[in-house]
Amino acid sequence: MSISYDIRPAGSLEQDQDQEERWTLNFGPQHPATHTTLRLVLEVEGERVVKCTPDIGFLHSGFEKLGEHLNYNQYVVVTDRMNYVSPMANNIAWHAACEKLFGIEITPRCKAIRTICAELARIQDHLVCIGCTGLDLGGYTAFMYAFNEREPIMDLFEELCGARFTTSYTRVGGVTRDIPPGWTDRVRSFLRERLPRALDDVDALLTRNRIFIERVKGIGVISHDDAINWSLTGPMARASGVRRDLRKDEPYLCYADNWDGRGAPAVKFKVPVAGGGDVYSRYLVRMEEVRQSAAIIEQVIAMLPDGPVNVLADHKVTLPEKREIYFSIEGLIHHFEKIMTNRGFTPPVGEAYAANETANGELGFYLVSDGGNYPYRARCRPPSFINYQVFPKLVEGHQISDIPPILNSVNIIAAELDR
Amino acid sequence: MVEECIQALREHFPELGIQPRPLCVYPDGRESGQYWVRIPPARLPEVMRFLRDDPRTRFEQLCDLTCVDYLNYPGAEDRFGVIYSLLSLTHNRRLWVKVFVNDPDPEVPSVTGIWKGAEWPEREVFDLFGIRFTGHPDLRRILLPQNFRDHPLRKDYPLHGKGEREAFEVIGRETA
Repeated sequence: MSISYDIRPAGSLEQDQDQEERWTLNFGPQHPATHTTLRLVLEVEGERVVKCTPDIGFLHSGFEKLGEHLNYNQYVVVTDRMNYVSPMANNIAWHAACEKLFGIEITPRCKAIRTICAELARIQDHLVCIGCTGLDLGGYTAFMYAFNEREPIMDLFEELCGARFTTSYTRVGGVTRDIPPGWTDRVRSFLRERLPRALDDVDALLTRNRIFIERVKGIGVISHDDAINWSLTGPMARASGVRRDLRKDEPYLCYADNWDGRGAPAVKFKVPVAGGGDVYSRYLVRMEEVRQSAAIIEQVIAMLPDGPVNVLADHKVTLPEKREIYFSIEGLIHHFEKIMTNRGFTPPVGEAYAANETANGELGFYLVSDGGNYPYRARCRPPSFINYQVFPKLVEGHQISDIPPILNSVNIIAAELDR
Repeated sequence: MVEECIQALREHFPELGIQPRPLCVYPDGRESGQYWVRIPPARLPEVMRFLRDDPRTRFEQLCDLTCVDYLNYPGAEDRFGVIYSLLSLTHNRRLWVKVFVNDPDPEVPSVTGIWKGAEWPEREVFDLFGIRFTGHPDLRRILLPQNFRDHPLRKDYPLHGKGEREAFEVIGRETA
């Protein structure tokens, strides 16, 4: 089977001579419903989509090639630009893979901070997706209620690392700086005062809204077995009844028991799973995940340990503090060794894979090292890319107006899709 | 943990001489706990089908498929390593399968018949590394333009490209 189509100007309709009723319609790359830059070539019969061929690559910028020419700390800046809706989660996933390669165990305080950040990023990502579920169906109010709550999260990230959007917060073996005083109180007040109100508002507007349900229930269905066979992960898989969450199945950070080495229990949370496999199920799963994330952050803040955020200096992987660089010769040499391009990191020759459960699914990095300062290969397992390949199967047979909600429920971010 | 599937593989394919190897060994001698096995390209489909279906292995999901160009890599004998990252939801277990191919005309049988999720990753590897997957239903470039000549993730391709960016054809109003 080979798919061939010719490129036509956007929005033009041309009648196919052989099949009288079949039209080819171009959707995107610039279209308000695609949110980002991607293109679909649709074959439609009337309003019904018969065949859908995605055409991607408009935002391809060679991130994996760049990864071979940047060191383990520098590349974090590129990961910000992958899934830019929740950049913090990418930072954490990238350095989880680096630390797996280096064989470093990070400090308990760093684990706690990263867990809080990862969950805030999940909330941030899901709020966009939930809001846009409303937006794509004409429910603008729900979108504003949800999107508005991203603002305090961005403010919290700005306090942490100085940037609202491109955070680049993590480093090999730690984070750039400790949390500022009073930060956890502000996280708490956001989780207690602002977030629940917004969620309740969206809930009241959408969840039992008859018009909304009519538009999303039974749309874009994928079965349990297909979801596994198509490599789906994250809310996409869980909405089809696949019980899989890396936070439970391959626990890392504070999701693992005894994460601080002194017997601290893993954070308690439930993994929402739905059986419908449709757009509505994915909406419900994400909605519940936001509430669970809020509960996780509350627990982590309650047991936030003291101590250093970076692994100790004798590991020689993190930069020393400024005070040490300026006032001790050892600190200066250490800093020099890390900064010089012909010194820097000394990972073992080998390969490592580490994955985190991010908002869209399993975000993993497969690192190959030849022992040098730069990775030999920095493969990203992007959840958007893997999840999007099932998209034609989801839309075929539905109407054109069902494409925006389905596209949104897959929640692809084109920058991560094309990398 | 991984011994059970290695045992199953050895029993079923004794002629392949399967050896589990750690992905990474740290300087202090510890292993990273992730293992890979080498499969000859010609036997790949049957081994993969076995790995998916046998109750002792049950790798229902192809988590990721990628490729590494081992040109000038310390200790490497072959040039391209296609890496299959398998995930068993039943046993909550991972295994990496590597297939090595060489220039010219690297070819690997497609696993799209076993895992549908392999379709786009295989297209991506074809696009960026130039490895042909025989039996793939729709092997076209996926990220780069169809008329692109090179395979940029190969190690002999320069970071700054070969001037493709400057040579882009500009489509004007008259020529469109």
